[in-house]
Amino acid sequence: MRKSRNYLIVGNSVAAIAAIEAIREVDKTVPITVISQEPYRAYSRSLVSHFLEGKVTIEKVFYRKKDFYQRNKVQTILGKRVIAIKPKEKKIVLEDRKRIPYTKLLLTCGSKPILPSVKGIEKKDVFTFTTWDEVKRLAKTIKKAKSAVVIGGGMIGLKAAEGLKSLGLKVTIVEQAFQILPAILDKDGSKIIHRHLKEKGIRLIINDTVLEIRGKGKKVERVILGKSGEVDCDLVVVAIGVTPNLDLVKGTALKAKRGVLVDRFMQTSVKEVYAAGDVVEAYDFLYGRKRPIPVWPLAFQQGRVAGSNMAGKRMEYRGGLILNSIEVFGLPIITAGLSAEEKGYEILTKSDPKKKVYKKIVLRKGQIIGAILVGDIDRAGIIVGLIKDRLDVTNFKDEILEENFGYIYVPKEFRAKMVLPLEVR
Amino acid sequence: MKKIYVKEEYCMGCRLCEIHCLVAHSKSKKIIKAYKEEFPRVLPRLIVEEKGPISFALQCRHCEEAPCIEACLTGAMGRDKKSGAVTCDEDRCVGCWMCIMVCPFGVILRDEREKKVATKCDLCPDEDIPVCVAKCPNEALVYEEE
Repeated sequence: MRKSRNYLIVGNSVAAIAAIEAIREVDKTVPITVISQEPYRAYSRSLVSHFLEGKVTIEKVFYRKKDFYQRNKVQTILGKRVIAIKPKEKKIVLEDRKRIPYTKLLLTCGSKPILPSVKGIEKKDVFTFTTWDEVKRLAKTIKKAKSAVVIGGGMIGLKAAEGLKSLGLKVTIVEQAFQILPAILDKDGSKIIHRHLKEKGIRLIINDTVLEIRGKGKKVERVILGKSGEVDCDLVVVAIGVTPNLDLVKGTALKAKRGVLVDRFMQTSVKEVYAAGDVVEAYDFLYGRKRPIPVWPLAFQQGRVAGSNMAGKRMEYRGGLILNSIEVFGLPIITAGLSAEEKGYEILTKSDPKKKVYKKIVLRKGQIIGAILVGDIDRAGIIVGLIKDRLDVTNFKDEILEENFGYIYVPKEFRAKMVLPLEVR
Repeated sequence: MKKIYVKEEYCMGCRLCEIHCLVAHSKSKKIIKAYKEEFPRVLPRLIVEEKGPISFALQCRHCEEAPCIEACLTGAMGRDKKSGAVTCDEDRCVGCWMCIMVCPFGVILRDEREKKVATKCDLCPDEDIPVCVAKCPNEALVYEEE
């Protein structure tokens, strides 16, 4: 064994952690160093909204136990930014100009929030909602604030709105599309959420955009909308989406489009440099091409695949699909795949608006390629499993949205393979 | 590792597994108390499915590459290093339902009695044989090495 081996991981969220766990399953000794600009051990980004609401303690925001790095013999450099990667020299450069060599590198730099180019966006009381530090800063401001505008009605925007509302603020969501969650919900599904949000006291403005954030000096006092006039507010949360964080990749030999391009083994175009999580464009098997899908479970899978391959155990990324689970003011929503599709495919729906239940599957050539479940999400994973396994559901498609749908509808041959191995049969 | 397997041709749909699972996960572990006094009632950690003459009980498969562990936002879903079982630390769970979204067997349940948490088969860690297997009158559930 060469003595000089060492693996560097840039980033410290789920993909990094999954990679560390995968590496250590194969190789107990190779030195691993994790570098992150955030000063915390790995935490769950999605839990920062729970933290804001005071629903979880600080300790529970962390993704792994305190001794995780020690147990896995991982050295950490936290609170320091990597300013450049030098694949040719096999080195990275830290903000203090220190250079660290590596034999293998994993980039899990994640995504960064997209900021609209509107006047006033640089103001102090304009926040994003994707890092703990931002949410901590927001928590302080909230104490003096009475009202907030959330720009963007996606997942992050809704969670921010819920958090702000639960802390007593008057909240307005401004969404550019004709509905909230435009990327994953259809019209009928979103109608239920719209009503639910209104019942919970959220003001929702759709089909409009914020043109300017106004206020004296650094303060936020109101936003100016394109169509609906002005909305007074003490703070603004921007949540119009995220984009792969390519800061370190630009100008290097690493090929990237919207995200870093990786092969089935999560290796980039440069040998010994891997990438995983929100920063990559990985294979989406429903679209049949690579694209960024910034969701937690795929970041985990990709991190695991990258780590395993770095450590020398071949593992292939089979491709993923977009998956989202969110609860908005107690109403659970799960979507998978091409869920927002409304035309061109066979679509089955079931809805009970009074109970705030809406279910839908999108079928292509007998296979499910998308699903929406609002209100009734129990056993959603069976449907997601059918999407992943590409089973032909023609014979039982009408049962899928029924209340008593279960694993028993899955064809027996497939079922038996899954629940009863040969030796026991 | 030892897992629970389902022989559906032997299942009569009697639901004794469900009852004993519920009792085993109740506070008192006594059937009458569990059903008559403990409210809101604890959930059984398995699901009995029936369609026409076919029936079977289904519980966590304790997958080797477990989608629920991959999807869990909090780190509540994990693996017991000793037994290999997939475990849910309900204290860490915040009820985001990512696990419910990805479990291909649909055997993770929403327990909304108090704080919302995901709950699932724990293979009855204090028993030699999980109670659903032990109490099945027709050996439709077996507990064997893979």
